Amino acid sequence: MTSSMLFNLTTFAYLISMIVFFAFLAGKNKALGLTGSYIAYVGLIIQTVAIGLRWKESYDLGVGHAPMSNLYESIVFFSWTIILLFAYIDIRYKYRIVGAFVVPFALLGMAWAQLGMNTGIEPLVPALQSNWLLYHVITCFLGYAAFAVACGISIMYLIRTAVEGPDSKATAGGLMSMFPPLRVLDDLNYRSIMIGFPLLTLGIITGAAWANYAWGTYWSWDPKETWSLIVWFVYAAFLHARITKGWVGKRAAWLSVIGFAATIFCYLGVNLFLSGLHSYGGSKM
Amino acid sequence: MATTERSFIENVWDFFCSLKLTLFLLISLALTSIIGTVLPQGQLPPEYVAQISQTKLQIYSNLGFFDMYHSWWFITLLYVFSLNLISCSIKRLPHVFKFVSEPTLVLGESLRNSFPLKKELAFSGAAEKGVERLKEFLGSEFSAPVITEQDGEYHLFAQKNPWCRLGVYVVHFSILVIFVGAIIGSLAGYKGFVSIVEGTSVNAVEGRNGQPIPLGFEVLCEKFSVEFYKTGAPKEFKSILTVLENGQPVPGFSKVKVIVNEPLTYKGITFYQSSYGQASEGSEHYFTVFSRAGGPPVRIATREGAVVTLKDGTTFKLLEATQEVRQFAPGFSGPAARIEVTPKGAAPQTFISFRDFPEMNAQRGDALIFGYEGTNARMYTGLQVAKDPGVWTVWLGCTLMVVGLFIAFFMSHKRIWVVISKGHARMYGNASKNQAAFGMQFDALSEKFQQLKI
Ligand code: HEM
Repeated sequence: MTSSMLFNLTTFAYLISMIVFFAFLAGKNKALGLTGSYIAYVGLIIQTVAIGLRWKESYDLGVGHAPMSNLYESIVFFSWTIILLFAYIDIRYKYRIVGAFVVPFALLGMAWAQLGMNTGIEPLVPALQSNWLLYHVITCFLGYAAFAVACGISIMYLIRTAVEGPDSKATAGGLMSMFPPLRVLDDLNYRSIMIGFPLLTLGIITGAAWANYAWGTYWSWDPKETWSLIVWFVYAAFLHARITKGWVGKRAAWLSVIGFAATIFCYLGVNLFLSGLHSYGGSKM
Repeated sequence: MATTERSFIENVWDFFCSLKLTLFLLISLALTSIIGTVLPQGQLPPEYVAQISQTKLQIYSNLGFFDMYHSWWFITLLYVFSLNLISCSIKRLPHVFKFVSEPTLVLGESLRNSFPLKKELAFSGAAEKGVERLKEFLGSEFSAPVITEQDGEYHLFAQKNPWCRLGVYVVHFSILVIFVGAIIGSLAGYKGFVSIVEGTSVNAVEGRNGQPIPLGFEVLCEKFSVEFYKTGAPKEFKSILTVLENGQPVPGFSKVKVIVNEPLTYKGITFYQSSYGQASEGSEHYFTVFSRAGGPPVRIATREGAVVTLKDGTTFKLLEATQEVRQFAPGFSGPAARIEVTPKGAAPQTFISFRDFPEMNAQRGDALIFGYEGTNARMYTGLQVAKDPGVWTVWLGCTLMVVGLFIAFFMSHKRIWVVISKGHARMYGNASKNQAAFGMQFDALSEKFQQLKI
C-alpha cells in the first residue's frame, strides 16, 4: 500500500461524499446526509494515514521532511484541513448541509493534485530547510481552509437571500428549508472567519519571521507577501463591515466570497502568473 | 463664525472616527496593493522598458507605480489609516474603561427586558435571607457579586473577564507598534550585500544605493562549499566565516558555519548566505594532454580566454570552467572545462573536458586527449547583510496582535445579575461574545438556581 494509492482512494471518497450531499440537497433524506458525512470522514481518515505514510516514505528515500514542501503536498494538506473543519461544524453545530457547499472545495483540490500534478517526493532545497516551513505552512493552510468553509457558507447565505428576496419575512419553502436560517449562516460565516483570521495573521507573522531569519528582511513586498496582506485587509474589512450600519448581511457575505477568491489567487495565482521568492522549489537559495 | 469653526472641527473629527472610513481604507489598501504585484518594482528590467510605450512609462513612474509601496499616496493612505485608528480609539476607549470600571450594578427595567437570558425563582423566606444565600451561590458557581440595595430590591451583580473588552484595542494598538518598528528599521538600519573571496576579509559592505557602509570589524571567509543531492538539486551552500577585531579572531565567532536559514549575527549586523561564485580573475586552470601515439603526458597551466600552442602546432583555448558540471551536463559531475581546440590546418572544435570522467575525454578519438585537472581558483561567497534595530519592536507588535486577537475572539465578558424582590429572585445574563456557549452555561446555572431552597 503506497500513499499515492491512498490519496486516490481519498479523492474517490470525497467525490462520492459530494454526490451523496447533492442528492441530500435535492431529496432532503436525512439518511443521505448522514451517509455523506460518514463517507467524508472515512476519506479524512484515509487521507490522514496517507499523509503520515508519505512522511515516512520520504525518510525511506533518504530525503526525510514533512509532507508540505511543494504545491502538490500543500494542496493535499489544504483539502485535509477543509474536511477537518467541516467535521467540526457538522459535529459541533449539526449543520450537515454545509457539506454540500464545502466538500466540493476539498474534492477539487484533491482531484487537481492527483490528476494534474507531479506527485513525486522531492528533496528540500536549501531555502526550505527550516522548521519555520512547518509552522508557516500549517498556520496558513488552516487559515485558508477556514476561509474556504466561510466562502461555502456565504454562498449559501447569498443564495438564500436571492431566493427569499430582500429581507422578506416569509421564508421560502422547498430547497431553502434545508438551509440554516440567515441569522445562523451569518453567525457560522463569522465564526469560520474568527478561526481563519488569527491563523492567517499567524501565517503572515511566521512567514515574516522566517524571511527575517533566512534573508534578513521580514517584509520585502514580494508578490506572495503582498497578496497575503491583501487577503488580510479584505477579512479585516469583513470584520469591521459586520459592525457597521449598512454593511451587515449581504455585503459582509460578499466580502467573505471576495476574500476567498483573493486567498485562492494568493495561493495559486501568484505562483502561476507572478514571479517571486515563493515559486516552490525554485532555484533561489 | 465660532460655531461654524467648531462644527468644522467636529466634522473632521467625526470623519476620522468613522468606521466607514476604516472600510474605505482597508478596501483601498487591498486594491492599490495589487498594482505593485503586477508591475515590476525598483530597478526596471530592460525587456520591460522595451515593450511598454513611452507615455505609459512616464505616467506610471509619475504616479510612483514602480516603487508604489513607498510612493507618497500609499504612505498617505497608511497615515490616514493610523489617524483613523488613533481617533477611533481615543473616542471609544474612555467608554470602554468606564464600562469596565463602573459596571451597571443595578439593572433597570428596560435592560431587564432586553436580555434574552433570564430565569425566575420563587421563594417564601425573607428577601435578606435570599440575598445571603444567592451571594454564596453566585460566589461559588460564577464569581463573587456586588450587592446594591435600591427601592426595596436587592441587585446582585457578578462578572467574569471584564478586561477582555480591551482585546480589540490591543489589536489596534499592535498595528501602531508594528508601524513604529518599521519606521525605526528604515531610519536606523540598512540592507547591504558583500562578496568575500575565500581566504580574504572585508570591513565594509555595499548598501542598496551602491555606497560602501563600514562594518567596524572585519569578516573573513575561510571556505565556501556547495553540496548536491543525487538528483543534482542543490543540498547545501556553506560558508565558513570568522569575525576579526583588530585583525584578531573574536572568540566564539571563529570558523562559524553559515548556511541558508542559519545566518551569523555579530554586533546587531546579520550575514545571510545568498549567492556564490568562482573568483576567476587571475586564477589558473590545469590540463593534462595525452597523445594517442604515445609519449609522456604534457601538463598545461592556462587562464580563461588565453590561447596555448602545443608542440605539434595545435592551439588550445579555455573558454570556461566550472567546479560542478551537473547543471550543464546532466549525468556528469565534478569539475569540467569547455575548451576550443584547433589542430594545425583544421577547423576549431569545441567540447567539454572532464576531470572525473577520463573515459569520456578519450572517447573523442582525436590524436590528443585533453583531461581537465581543476583550478587554483578560489570561490567567493555572496552574503546579504542587514541591520535592523526595529525588528524587536515589530515582533512585540506581532505578539500583541496575536494575543489581542485571541482575547477579542475567544474570550467573552460575562455578566450575571440577580434582582431579589419580595417573594422571588430573577436572574439575567449577558455575554460580549459567543452567546450560544454562554447560553448553555446560563442554562446550567439556572438549573442549580432553581434547586435553591430559600
Ligand atoms: C483604520 C483602521 C481601523 C479602525 C479605525 C478600526 C476600528 C475598529 C472599531 C471601532 C472596532 C469596534 C470595536 C468595538 O467593538 O467596540 C473594531 C473592531 C475590530 N477591529 Fe478594527 N479598526 C481598524 C483596523 C483594524 C485592522 C487592520 C484590524 C486587523 C487586525 C482590526 C481588527 C479588529 C478586530 C479583530 C475587531 C473586532 C471585530 C469583532 O469583534 O468582530 N482593525 N475596529
